[in-house]
Amino acid sequence: MRIAIIGFGSVGRGVAEVIAAKNTDLTVTAVADSRSGIIDGSGLDIAAVLRNKKETGMCGTPGITVSDIISSDAYDVLVEVSPTNAETGEPALGYIREALAGGKHVVTSNKGPIALKFEELHALAAENHVTLRYEATVCGAIPLMHTIEHGIAGNEISRLYGVFNGTCNYILTRMAEEGLTYKQALLEARELGYAEADPTYDVRGIDAAIKLVILANAVWGLKKSLADVDIIGIDGVTSAAIALAEREDQTIRLIGEIDPANEILRVSPTILPKSHPLVVRDTLNAVTIETDLAGEITLIGKGAGSSETASAIIADLLFIRDCYGRRD
Amino acid sequence: MKLEMKDSPGQLVSVIQPISDVGGNILSVIHERDPEAGRDLLDVQIMCEIPEGSLDTLLSEYRIQGVNVLRVGEERFLVRRSVILIGHLIHTDISDTIDKIDSTGYAEVHELSMVMPAINEPSSAKITIKSDCLKDINRAFTILRDVAKDKGFLMIEPLEGN
Repeated sequence: MRIAIIGFGSVGRGVAEVIAAKNTDLTVTAVADSRSGIIDGSGLDIAAVLRNKKETGMCGTPGITVSDIISSDAYDVLVEVSPTNAETGEPALGYIREALAGGKHVVTSNKGPIALKFEELHALAAENHVTLRYEATVCGAIPLMHTIEHGIAGNEISRLYGVFNGTCNYILTRMAEEGLTYKQALLEARELGYAEADPTYDVRGIDAAIKLVILANAVWGLKKSLADVDIIGIDGVTSAAIALAEREDQTIRLIGEIDPANEILRVSPTILPKSHPLVVRDTLNAVTIETDLAGEITLIGKGAGSSETASAIIADLLFIRDCYGRRD
Repeated sequence: MKLEMKDSPGQLVSVIQPISDVGGNILSVIHERDPEAGRDLLDVQIMCEIPEGSLDTLLSEYRIQGVNVLRVGEERFLVRRSVILIGHLIHTDISDTIDKIDSTGYAEVHELSMVMPAINEPSSAKITIKSDCLKDINRAFTILRDVAKDKGFLMIEPLEGN
């Protein structure tokens, strides 16, 4: 099965490396970054493309654009891993639309388009008899969508809640364990590369809220947008508040929760017993799914990182390979 | 609850100990000894508060110890839930905040611990609310949420369910 990768940052490179290293029956035939592109229908030399990217900052030739790749017939599945834009979803949204309309499968880690236009993209995929998969958009390496769609197929899901942002979890863990102030813990997270220079998206709970929107729409078809989520971030949490919770063997974590029956869709700092399965350390994510047949299922794993995100993308690609077979 | 036990030294302790083992609090003990009865058993009435769901543990402990439970009175749940408030708690009239709960008649502020780090810095407080049932606790939380909104507090609640 032939793969085109749009976006050649750490995630895109991670996916290419895994495909090159493992025997997956996947062939990378096109790659584009923001400045260049390269197409070879018979399969690219990934090592050479990676080397070129490292040396020149470009994966291919400046004249070849993303549009050239998408409109070509050199691929079966588009892997869309360009930088995300939560407000417009562009340019990724346009790429995904074009690929689906052209009868190509799409796998993406891009939260923007999925959170903004889930219904439209889902319908477009169905219309063109292809599939759109987005495991990597929620909780990185944790196979949350696969678990919900296949692992516990047939269950009614009544509620979903958990730790959806590793940066916030790291900050709260450090505040609890070392008694750091919020500012100190944030500074440390930045130094370790866990927080962006502008940490607003993470610490104000927006990143977690976007993931809730994706889940609310994908699992329950609720047609929600970011504006529907009640969001409180962790930037107002004091170390004294955490110390007060600790006195009773409790702690504070940023919890995202979807409970459709009670009309709850929110992200907020929440008190949990320290023994609770959702109290995970450092940058881990954890999600509990409440179901009618299986009871509660809690998944814990790494929510970000190059190989972790690649793991989710590869799983989606192999799922498509197994369902749709080879087309070359 | 009314209990029946052997009239021998140390028996009262064996009745009281299991209550503290489940984290309970004894409110009163009535220990009656009736020499006329001519039995070697005596009756004890205990009124206590125990954590939600621990009554079965307590009763099975009594069974193991051979204490006969004659009657368990009305089980009045004393539910407690804590929230943490962060903000300018003192300057926004802390007693007014507490009164909003205490004046409901169905819930009361049972405990308050506060940390005030520095002048002009927001303080943090853990407030424990006590009531007879979870429904009333939730009603009290709704009031507290409105107060928090009005006074600009961040209110951190426990995870519900389970």
